[in-house]
Amino acid sequence: MRARVFVTLKPSVFDPQGRTIAEALHSMGYGGVEDVRQGKYFELDLATNEAAQAKALAAEVADRLLANPVIESYRIEIES
Amino acid sequence: MTFAVITFPGSNCDQDAYRAAKDVLGQQAEYIWHKDTDLKGADVVILPGGFAHGDYLRCGAMARFSPVMKSVQEFAAKGGPVLGICNGFQVLLEAGLLPGAMLRNRSLKFQCEHVHIRVEQTDTPFTMACRVGQVLRVPIAHGEGNYFAEPDVIARLEANRQVVFRYSTPDGRITDEANANGSLANIAGLCNERRNVVGLMPHPERACESILGSQDGLVLFESVMKAVAHA
Repeated sequence: MRARVFVTLKPSVFDPQGRTIAEALHSMGYGGVEDVRQGKYFELDLATNEAAQAKALAAEVADRLLANPVIESYRIEIES
Repeated sequence: MTFAVITFPGSNCDQDAYRAAKDVLGQQAEYIWHKDTDLKGADVVILPGGFAHGDYLRCGAMARFSPVMKSVQEFAAKGGPVLGICNGFQVLLEAGLLPGAMLRNRSLKFQCEHVHIRVEQTDTPFTMACRVGQVLRVPIAHGEGNYFAEPDVIARLEANRQVVFRYSTPDGRITDEANANGSLANIAGLCNERRNVVGLMPHPERACESILGSQDGLVLFESVMKAVAHA
């Protein structure tokens, strides 16, 4: 089973890379893109076919390693 | 006295720290590989600069789980002096030995230059030979040194006097222009509540000989020698 983990900076944390990308888009004429937040994306191949178990394992590794709770939060999707 | 210099795969300032301790100050120095757990009777532990584990994922994120870190945690818990320099500071943050985290520099550039930092606290083992307000000229070399912590954490750091160094002008003023990377409150270095664990982004070990352009970093090493001698 595959889990997708999306890690982003928390809303309270300034994202200098996202800001620079937004400014680049504005200079390209995409004024309709109001803001950009850059993040990280992980695909985890898990040795289980049970969705709840997969989600729990993905959350555990996200808490322990993939995300830094001081600056980041994460969201998990389980691919069926 | 003995300095232990931890070497992670990707550390590249371990030799600079070793040289400062051994050749400049004439002390014992030992490299400790990250998979080892014996600190070889160290009086001081240095986590050097570099790119531990390639800085993959986040700076210091994987170094935190290297076997040697358990020994470093135990050494720190007993009150032993620990200095994290640059990437070593990032490892201390990821390991939770110091609070907060690093963001990309606000310039988005890897910055390699000499900067000035002001010594804010002299009751740590690495600053006890300094005077409050002393300005040190030391190099930085990092892309992720933009210190961040939530406002309540910053308030606690200030209340406990845990901000040890701030980026400053050459005459010691704390200004936004002197802030090398966008760090909150111009924070360049911190200590823990017990004050025995210190981390900073600039490289004092690369500023210990006049041929390197500055000897201002020596005072951190002299401080810890004094601290260990009086312990």
